[in-house]
Amino acid sequence: MKRQQVTIDGNEAAAYVAHKTNEVCAIYPITPSSNMGEWADQWSAMGIKNIWGTIPHIIEMQSEGGAAGAVHGALQTGALTSTFTASQGLLLMIPNMYKIAGELTSTVFHVSARTVATHALSIFGDHSDIMAARSTGFAFLGSSNVQEVMDMALIAQSATLKTRVPFIHFFDGFRTSHEVQRIEQLSDDDIRAMLNDELIIEHRKRGLNPNNPVLRGTAQNPDVFFQARETGNPFYVKAPELVQETMDEFAKIVGRKYKLFEYYGAKDAESVIVIMGSGADTVHDTVDYMVDKGEKVGLLKVRLFRPFSAKHFVKELPKSVQKIAVLDRTKEPGATGEPLYVDALTAINENRVNGSTPLIIGGRYGLSSKEFTPGMVAAVFDNLKQAKPKNHFTVGISDDVGKTSLEYDKELSVHKGKMFRGMFYGLGADGTVGANKNSIKIIGETTDFFAQGYFVYDSKKSGSMTVSHLRFGENPIRAPYLINKANFVACHQFVFLETQDMLKNIEQGGTFLLNAPYSADEAWDNLPLKVQEEIIAKELKVYVIDALKVAKQTGMGVRINTIMQTCFFAISGVLPKAEAINSIKQYIRKTYGSKGEEIVAKNYKAVDETLSHLDRLQVPDKTTSNIILKSAVPDEAPDFVKNVTGKIISGHGDDLPVSAFSVDGTWPTGTTQWEKRNIASEIPVWNPDICIQCNKCAFVCPHSVIRPKVYFDDLLEKAPETFKSTRVRGREWEDGEVYTLQVAPEDCTGCALCVEACPVKDKTDTKLKAINMEPQLPLRQTEKENWDFFLSLPEVKRERVKHDNVKGSQLLQPLFEFSGACTGCGETPYVKLASQMFGDRMIIANATGCSSIYGGNLPTTPWSKNAEGRGPTWSNSLFEDNAEFGLGFRLTIDKHAEQARELLEVLRPKIGSELVNEILNADQTTEKGIFEQRERVAKLNDILEGFKSSEGKRLLSISDNLVKKSVWIMGGDGWAYDIGYGGLDHVLASGKNVNILVMDTEVYSNTGGQASKATPLGSVAKFAAAGKPTFKKDLGMMAMNYGNVYVAQIAMGASDIQTVKAFQEAESYEGPSIIIAYSHCIAHGINMRYGLDQQKAAVDCGHWILYRYDPRREEQAKNPLQIDCKKPSLPVADYLYKETRYKMLTKSMPERAKMLLTEAEKHVKHKWQRYQDLANTTAQQSV
Amino acid sequence: MNLKTKYLGFELDNPLVPSASPLSKDIDMAKRLEDAGAPALVMYSLFEEEIYHEDAELDHYLANGSDSFAEALSYFPDEMHDFKAGPEEYLEQIRLLKEKLDIPIIASLNGVSIGGWIEKAKLMEVAGADALELNIYYLPTDPVQSGAEVKDIYFDILKAVKGKVSIPVAMKIGNAFSALPSFAKKIEDAGADALVLFNRFYQPDINLERLEVEPSLALSTSDEIRLPLRWIAVLRNQVKMSLGATSGVHTAEDVLKLTMAGADVTFMTSALLKYGPEHISRIKTDLLQWMEENEYASLDQMRASMSMKNVTDPSAFMRANYIKILREYQQNN
Repeated sequence: MKRQQVTIDGNEAAAYVAHKTNEVCAIYPITPSSNMGEWADQWSAMGIKNIWGTIPHIIEMQSEGGAAGAVHGALQTGALTSTFTASQGLLLMIPNMYKIAGELTSTVFHVSARTVATHALSIFGDHSDIMAARSTGFAFLGSSNVQEVMDMALIAQSATLKTRVPFIHFFDGFRTSHEVQRIEQLSDDDIRAMLNDELIIEHRKRGLNPNNPVLRGTAQNPDVFFQARETGNPFYVKAPELVQETMDEFAKIVGRKYKLFEYYGAKDAESVIVIMGSGADTVHDTVDYMVDKGEKVGLLKVRLFRPFSAKHFVKELPKSVQKIAVLDRTKEPGATGEPLYVDALTAINENRVNGSTPLIIGGRYGLSSKEFTPGMVAAVFDNLKQAKPKNHFTVGISDDVGKTSLEYDKELSVHKGKMFRGMFYGLGADGTVGANKNSIKIIGETTDFFAQGYFVYDSKKSGSMTVSHLRFGENPIRAPYLINKANFVACHQFVFLETQDMLKNIEQGGTFLLNAPYSADEAWDNLPLKVQEEIIAKELKVYVIDALKVAKQTGMGVRINTIMQTCFFAISGVLPKAEAINSIKQYIRKTYGSKGEEIVAKNYKAVDETLSHLDRLQVPDKTTSNIILKSAVPDEAPDFVKNVTGKIISGHGDDLPVSAFSVDGTWPTGTTQWEKRNIASEIPVWNPDICIQCNKCAFVCPHSVIRPKVYFDDLLEKAPETFKSTRVRGREWEDGEVYTLQVAPEDCTGCALCVEACPVKDKTDTKLKAINMEPQLPLRQTEKENWDFFLSLPEVKRERVKHDNVKGSQLLQPLFEFSGACTGCGETPYVKLASQMFGDRMIIANATGCSSIYGGNLPTTPWSKNAEGRGPTWSNSLFEDNAEFGLGFRLTIDKHAEQARELLEVLRPKIGSELVNEILNADQTTEKGIFEQRERVAKLNDILEGFKSSEGKRLLSISDNLVKKSVWIMGGDGWAYDIGYGGLDHVLASGKNVNILVMDTEVYSNTGGQASKATPLGSVAKFAAAGKPTFKKDLGMMAMNYGNVYVAQIAMGASDIQTVKAFQEAESYEGPSIIIAYSHCIAHGINMRYGLDQQKAAVDCGHWILYRYDPRREEQAKNPLQIDCKKPSLPVADYLYKETRYKMLTKSMPERAKMLLTEAEKHVKHKWQRYQDLANTTAQQSV
Repeated sequence: MNLKTKYLGFELDNPLVPSASPLSKDIDMAKRLEDAGAPALVMYSLFEEEIYHEDAELDHYLANGSDSFAEALSYFPDEMHDFKAGPEEYLEQIRLLKEKLDIPIIASLNGVSIGGWIEKAKLMEVAGADALELNIYYLPTDPVQSGAEVKDIYFDILKAVKGKVSIPVAMKIGNAFSALPSFAKKIEDAGADALVLFNRFYQPDINLERLEVEPSLALSTSDEIRLPLRWIAVLRNQVKMSLGATSGVHTAEDVLKLTMAGADVTFMTSALLKYGPEHISRIKTDLLQWMEENEYASLDQMRASMSMKNVTDPSAFMRANYIKILREYQQNN
């Protein structure tokens, strides 16, 4: 029977088998494995059954630790159970994995292998997580490509039942988990044939059951533990044979043959590379290429890494082998070598080949998805050829410090036969990736071509560039690396040509498709010089379309995906034109059919209109342009930024050597200012004549690009011609002081939140406000000069302005600026505000999530410093431990401050009593007090510099802790409500002086919108696809229960003044404080421009109650709880149905939506009553 | 004694038809209307904008931000949702109403341009709608567009819709037309089976505090029946199609007056929103009581009895009426 061909990625392939073969899945989102859980959840929600005709039960847990616990429990009661995870998630599962393996329990965990965070977090792929779990007793079965993922998922499921050894089935994160390939899908019959009912019944029988009670999980003592631990040995001894048997059975049923270790290459190979994961495919094709050239080389693919069968390993090696290079995609510092290398050494030493031992060396490659290319494979073989090959080498980087790296040929290309290799440069929002995924499906499913797609995304969440790498060909595609020789390049956004050398990878005579705001005739003169040169030199065929024009004409707005896809098919010749257009239309129906006939019709029209607008550019003989590619950072940037950051920005980070980096992951702050992204098409323009100088625009700006300053007008002498200023309002200012509101034109993302926040309307033309959006391009140069001048003006002295109101807070310099957060982000205005109020003495622990990504993702980071060099210092530990991590900061500061005070007493005679007393008794409750204490400590340090005693030196090293520091623990709701809640609760209970900011988007935003316990009832999210049926957890109420915790719930769109007050009060409270901040989010499915209106609506309808609970008020016999908003007046539906997360349910499950709305309305009423009661009751008790 | 009437070819028990309003969105409410005696039901309107924009909006926000950032390649589990996009939800409601109710269901289509939305008329018929009410709310703001051109839009849309369906079509219009009798005649010629007078447009208001134009909803009062009353009286004997009166029908007196002017049906919205569906049965009782007291056997008996043609002084419906009122005003003051 012919099996169905499907074009899917690795995650979907694994999830497909897991969902077919399990009864229970306990899941938790983590990149890059989240999609597996999402697929399983979605299929169950759609009622899709497993092979036994029942719908698997999918449950989201609060962490991977929780998921592992639930899996363990389900397994111990006999359910076929699975989970999906990666990286830190796998590490959190380790304790349970020991238990599950120790109890010889059959299960398969599917892991998209990802880097474990060390000196830095990385979401990308390597085997460090797998290796960290290798001692748990699980079997480890690896897949090299998407087809193998589907096959091995089933082989693992079958083998775990046979062997009773639990399995990790792993494949490379992103490279395989996200690579789209055309593969053959296993049928239900295949799956059924591979799973033995008897073994499943045995698995169930081993489950705990009161009808046959047993006890498992005893505590054992020195007398018996050891012996009992050895009882499982026979299972591990037998396991490899049983896995091979399973592979053989699979081969009989399906046809594809696999081995535990699989040799490929020359029969008389002398040099062999041992490798597992996707890299094996790269070696495979390179070996082919080299063998054709007469080289005696080969490859040993490792599939079953644990239990490691030395016997099979040695048997599979060709007898001729003399030298072996074992490649590990991980690093184990301090070890004698990386794990696979050590295993290979042991295996060969214990099982000598022909009496002589080949030379074995080990090397590292591909950490964090670092490219692993044929050139690198060739370099490894070259190394083996040397008389004394380099051992413990690295390949793929330049290690100028440890000298471990191998030189390699970056250009080597090994593919055979005709193969289409296309690169498509798109803007995140323009649908390029989606259209390319459809193109692969069209080609994969309508032709006999093999097809592959891989997508590279930006590190920024707004204005990001995507690069799609597509390969199609007659031969199987084993190329798990990016295209470096393209025969087709498409530029979907003309502006990219200003910064990206996208033709560097195109081969001679290739095709270049350009979307330009020009006709084919006009386009040439508007191309940068380098682009013209490359087009001429490489004799490219160039096609031009004004896709935006076609999109607008056909009602597509700014989405040019369908148009560019049509162009691609029209000129690439991959399919006959008519057939291609027919297929595109079929996929349009597939993609948009459920979203309305009009959307389908619009896309059809776009397809039909495209070809008449697509023209071939007649390439002139000579260049005409004087436009040159922009340098990544300006000349005035610091050296590090120019030499390191600039290279990363311009896409040359791979070329940086080891010596470019700090040894411990430390980076300078304040680097976003050097990366001018120019992503806004429109920017706000100030009208000083009607501005009331309320500073609300600056307050809400997510990117700190709109700033006010007050300064003396004599400074205006050197101002650029178009620089604006006006008389400053307010009696606190002196004569001659003026006010300016300035926009950073190149850093603005164009979200327009500021315009929405502006309370002023022009009395003669009410559509105008005191700031209005205008096109950026004509303003760019003049406003850039104005911005530079603005920055040169002195900052307002901190002690001159009130910090507890909106206007004053915005005259404080933001020390968080130009982050890569989404345009119109609802979180960053809070972060920025904190940086303004406390930034010069702030230390931040940031939970992993959106805020750690826009806060700490390279190449540039937004936390910055003031003119004195002070500013927030920031670190991200993990997702789950952030509260504890921040508490640690507090402990150090408190301890060092205490020691400093002790040493002050010891050294009092030498320092002088007056200064000591002043320092010890300083009042630091005000900005002025802190400023004066800083001055005193500076004076103290001057004195201490002259001390030679140990006490003096010790005091000097910690004296800065005598100045008040502000500890902030920040993160999202996924951290605070779910994975980090235990720690958060403990820190709240500690009584320590820390400030916690929870930016509550009510969903796991960073990993793509999975439900958290903060997700409200009725809201659709991943893992709550039919609308969350349970209420949002009331975190604030839980925190208030302690009585001694300052708690505030805020929403700046509803009350900016309450927001400022809450920050000020929280920070001044000498105990634990928590602020829960409503943060509108792209994951809500709203127009981000109106995010603040939605915040207000959330409050007005009663969903989000504004309050502050200040324990200090009890001392004044006042009610500690103040409700800061009015009784709900807006119908709940008026808030909910402005957001896609709620509204979509009314379109798909209207009855359920109605039921959930009724529940939500009831809940809002009850909640309001509860809060009212609490406020009133407590008040009466207090009086 | 009976209240029977004919509208769009249907024999109706009485003329108290609930006109397009959110009441028909709720099946329970629709059932209450039927139980209270509603002889037919005009559904809430499916707007051209809804068909185009809501789908586009849903599509936009479901895809917004996707495929941009490696960790969050999408934000919604939308693939498992079978959206009742555009008219689907509406068509589903037609099906449901047809299933649960016995009275004729008149679907309502509201738009201003010749476009794909007109195709939805056929889908409404297929879904079971017994008739269509075509509501064109076109606000001419272009100084170079003539009155004749504006009227052509109405004829063109009507013809397009009539060309799609075989069920009866009523045309609902606003009151701001010159030469209304000629316009009405042409509407009839273009194929309308009924004319509904007049659409009550919600006029915008200005919020002085926010300096914003806001929609404002004000329920009608009985005073408002006089405009349709006049024009139904004028048109009754000049066109053959059914005439429906809408705007301001709150009481039995309103119904009687409009019927006497010549209305076949008297639509209600504000009164039902204000007093609930059971208001229909109250009006029915009042009607019957009035007819008994005044010895009328049926509504047909009084229908058009006071149309312009049938009144003693037709000028009362014309300019003379205006002069008369002014004179009376002067005399009284």
